[in-house]
Amino acid sequence: MSNARIIWRKSLNYVMLSLTGIAALGVVSILFFILGYLIWNGGKSLNWSFFTQLPKPVGETGGGMANAIVGSLKLLMLAALMGLPVGLLTGVYLAEFGGKTFSFVVRYTTDLLNGVPSIVIGIFAYSLVVLPVKHFSALAGGVALGIMVIPITVRSTEEFLRAVPGSLREGAMALGASKWKTIVTVVLPAASGGILTGMLLALARVAGETAPLLFTAFGNRFWSPGFEQPTASLPVMIYTYAIAPYDDWHRQAWAAGLVLLGLVLVANLGARLLLNRGSAVRST
Amino acid sequence: MPSISQGSNATAARLAPQMRMNEPRSMAAEKEAPVRFQISDLNFFYGPKQAVFGLNLNIPKNKVTALIGPSGCGKSTFLRTLNRMNEIIRNTRVEGEILLDGQEIHSMDVVSLRRRVGMVFQRPNPFPKSIFENVAYGLRINGYKGRLDDLVESSLHRAALWDEVKDYLHKSAFALSGGQQQRLCIARALAVNPEVLLLDEPCSALDPVTTAKIEELLFHLKDSCTMAIVTHNMQQAARASDFTAFMLDGKLIEHSETSKLFTTPADPRTEAYITGRFG
Amino acid sequence: MSAAATTIAHEVPPQAGPRAFLRRLRGGDEIAHLITLTFSALILLITSMLVYELWANSHLSRAKFGWMFFWTRVWDPNFDNFGAAPFIYGTLVTSAVALCLAVPLGLASAIFLSELAPRKVSDVISFLIDLLAAVPSVIYGLLGIFIVVPVMRTTIGPALIHTLGNVPYIGALFHGPNYGVGFLTAGIVLAIMVVPFIISVSREVLLTVPREQREAALAMGATRWESTWKVVVPWARTGIMGSVFLALARALGETMAVTMVIGNAPTIAASLLSPGDTIASTIASQFTEATGDLYLSSLIELGLVLFLITFILNGMARILIVATERGGGRPA
Repeated sequence: MSNARIIWRKSLNYVMLSLTGIAALGVVSILFFILGYLIWNGGKSLNWSFFTQLPKPVGETGGGMANAIVGSLKLLMLAALMGLPVGLLTGVYLAEFGGKTFSFVVRYTTDLLNGVPSIVIGIFAYSLVVLPVKHFSALAGGVALGIMVIPITVRSTEEFLRAVPGSLREGAMALGASKWKTIVTVVLPAASGGILTGMLLALARVAGETAPLLFTAFGNRFWSPGFEQPTASLPVMIYTYAIAPYDDWHRQAWAAGLVLLGLVLVANLGARLLLNRGSAVRST
Repeated sequence: MPSISQGSNATAARLAPQMRMNEPRSMAAEKEAPVRFQISDLNFFYGPKQAVFGLNLNIPKNKVTALIGPSGCGKSTFLRTLNRMNEIIRNTRVEGEILLDGQEIHSMDVVSLRRRVGMVFQRPNPFPKSIFENVAYGLRINGYKGRLDDLVESSLHRAALWDEVKDYLHKSAFALSGGQQQRLCIARALAVNPEVLLLDEPCSALDPVTTAKIEELLFHLKDSCTMAIVTHNMQQAARASDFTAFMLDGKLIEHSETSKLFTTPADPRTEAYITGRFG
Repeated sequence: MSAAATTIAHEVPPQAGPRAFLRRLRGGDEIAHLITLTFSALILLITSMLVYELWANSHLSRAKFGWMFFWTRVWDPNFDNFGAAPFIYGTLVTSAVALCLAVPLGLASAIFLSELAPRKVSDVISFLIDLLAAVPSVIYGLLGIFIVVPVMRTTIGPALIHTLGNVPYIGALFHGPNYGVGFLTAGIVLAIMVVPFIISVSREVLLTVPREQREAALAMGATRWESTWKVVVPWARTGIMGSVFLALARALGETMAVTMVIGNAPTIAASLLSPGDTIASTIASQFTEATGDLYLSSLIELGLVLFLITFILNGMARILIVATERGGGRPA
């Protein structure tokens, strides 16, 4: 082989490998850029009134997003109440009881549901909860988010239940525990760490969802007591303010973005770290 | 503890005439001791595959019966039929009769059967709970409403573990060493006061010193508990058991008092196995 | 050892009557089975209802427009004439742009993470990239509006028009008024959003390629790059394809970030710098404004179309990824 060819191959090697490194670095730096920019822009707009005040009338400067924060919490609570039990029990079914064909169908459908765009789920919740009563509500938003929570919870619950070694189940049954008692007193507690973190991640994921709320919970510039009224939420406020022509609203959108991203990232970081530490302990 | 003189030809020759066993039924054992388990014509199937063929065996009360044989001969499978543990596997089938104190175990409630017949597994499998909670588990689920502390303590004593853990009862069971975990599993099984204890190669994952400790345990437990132990280790069977049953390819080949089986085995296959020619 | 301990008399109370207990016990297990089964069936119910509602609530527009709905280029609420063609076009174009940018970037990063980086570094970077996947869409939209759009309008857009705009054929992609919003901007934002998925799945797939493959290539004198590009990547190519399909499915359903930077105009235009709309962004921006049943029905029909497209794509993605895991990556 000629010298020139070897030199060419070697330089190509060097160049291409460097490019891959640059690519990876580039992607990671995007994350830091996003964080940095949000902290910079959002941080300077963040003040106490953001958390405590209601939005001011259109056009006026100032005000806050207290109602949106509470609204988001309300929606998350509804989503958790509706979606987590379904996800948990389905996960238990798939891991502990499942019949062959029915399990396959359930798993397939769960994956299907997971892949449905969030806006389509919003349409579904709209037709189910908003259309019949002809008004937006927190309930409708909760339904939409609750449906999105289910597939994530099913997957993580099943995975962590399966990870519990069969020897633990056998040990319990040999002592006379029935199947459901074994599940409740031994298997679920053993898997509880992973299952709870899975639930936390699911909630963190839907906390940032905007599309399904656009025509279910809609929005509100005031407090919305109860669950039957249109409700403000952080993501929708960010959207509304960002596309509006007012500079002050842009400023508040940045602040809200920082708060939302902060919460989502903290939840994700915490959950993943817990998972890593949990699996390390288990293997000793 | 019975002393074994393996391969002692003089003794063998002397005892040979009386030791003729022409059928795999533990007649000698029956005459001397009352029987806990009476197994007749046991056939066991994993789906279409048969694993145990026409097994007849009596397990004497308050004695240690060892089950030996090469890998895959069905001894663990057989052991697990005694507390119906095979039922948690799909597609298994049991034929024949297993009587516990005269009562068919399949017509019994499986939960109370398993309280009376406890099991210790090959690998220690403590629950991810505290030492105390592990031992108390069987008591709790069986609805015992009394002073758990005393029972936990006595069970740990019986398992020869109390002194080592008495100050750490609320620590996680995983903090214990392998041998301690296995003794914890024994304590856990003993807590519900079983009449029979089934041990499936309980020392195979443990070192010799720990193994010796557990064998000594078994000796002391005999008075209150009938034991059946599956073991790969013939020396262990010879050391620790009163009766030994030798299985091969799912069939019971020979069953007699341990000393007799190891010195003057009646069946040539038994002799081949215990002298190490196979398995 | 305390021999006295073995004689402590204690009784675990017998269950009240074997038969009653039997019934109770069996009941407990069966009840548990039934309860968990019911909740699992609930998921089936929800999904069927979802499809049903999409179908039922779009019947007005389906009846009126039939299959023409897909070809009609007009979307005119004022005259009750609705056609999905502009949005199908917009969806395809933005996804194509996103993939063109994300696949090379993602694959390159995945290669770096699986082949070159030391395991610990690779794990940390993967972790960070997974965090990127957790960033909500609306935040990407926010950054899109206030950073990407102005940059497109002032810098990148004009640069593209001046350079590539004059090249024959390709030039058509880069001409016309440049507002900063449009297909290209949306495609760029989408690319950033789907890159983590490509990286994460591709990296995993690449890590499963047996070491012997790499070693065989290197032993023949191949450079690191040659071994990677000509042996390892082809081995994993089905799984990598799967990751691309997955990314595509995500891109198609992305709503908020796209809505905020695409310009919301139901136009079909050759230029990437032109404002447009995707199926998802149309639904998002017009749903609450929809007056009239036909308008709403048309939007819901768009939702049905989106559902079907992502359903098919996700199915294909899964088949491809599973095929890699099973077939050990043997060339198809």
